[in-house]
Amino acid sequence: MIPLSWYLITAAILFCIGLYGVLARKNAIAVLMGVELMLNAANINLLAFWRYWDSGSAASTAAGNSMAGPVFVVIVFATAAAEVAVGLAIIISAYRRRATIAADEIATLKG
Amino acid sequence: MTSLQVVFLLAAALTLASALMVVTTRRMLHAALWLIVSLFGVAAIFAILQAGFFAVIQVVVYIGAIAILIINAIMLTRRVMEDRGPQTNPIWWVAAITSALVGAGLLGLVLRWGAWSNPIPEFPEAAQTPLNLGKALVSPQGFVLPFEVASVLLLAALIGAIFIAGNYIALDRK
Repeated sequence: MIPLSWYLITAAILFCIGLYGVLARKNAIAVLMGVELMLNAANINLLAFWRYWDSGSAASTAAGNSMAGPVFVVIVFATAAAEVAVGLAIIISAYRRRATIAADEIATLKG
Repeated sequence: MTSLQVVFLLAAALTLASALMVVTTRRMLHAALWLIVSLFGVAAIFAILQAGFFAVIQVVVYIGAIAILIINAIMLTRRVMEDRGPQTNPIWWVAAITSALVGAGLLGLVLRWGAWSNPIPEFPEAAQTPLNLGKALVSPQGFVLPFEVASVLLLAALIGAIFIAGNYIALDRK
């Protein structure tokens, strides 16, 4: 039996690794990869809490499983996909105009 | 130490080790491939949580679409920074301290509460999860509104991405 805290500890460490990637990397695509790690950590948390607290058979025989956890995870998947698509479009467009994607060299979004 | 615990520890170790490689490796394409390994590890954790549907969705959406998109973008922006200069900001140590503090805070919170070892509830209908999820996503008493809003979000992202990254400069000159 795996205690719930193991999942939460894994998600917390994954989140912090993603946070370091967002704050410390220069390349804008590397920043996006850090954001993806953070979103995956949140997904692990959501599913772990749903499985351990909300998926019990007592609740399911009464009114069906409460599905708020999995629905939240589906929305997070969709939002992550949309955000990566738009973020990469912006990065590619900025690269075309300035030939650099170092985040500290693209100080303004204009032009 | 049951075998499921061993499997979970292996999956978690794989996820965290490859996530560490994502944020520290120098070459962007290697970082993208390490990200794929990390996402596989997360899919394995989903499977251990008896959410097999989400494990498959993770592989199809995150690895099959998002990671491929990231690799495409890396290949389209190649001629930058790979071989000249550092890959981290000059204040990377501030980032390390910040994430260490956040990690310490989260871990302290997790380890301080005593009820984490409650037994996991019985889940005989693990196979019903996609059915119940589908019902919840389209029922008016369920989550049909977030579902539709997510669809609009994806449409807006699609149109926006095409417009932003599309090469309309050549079209304008004609």
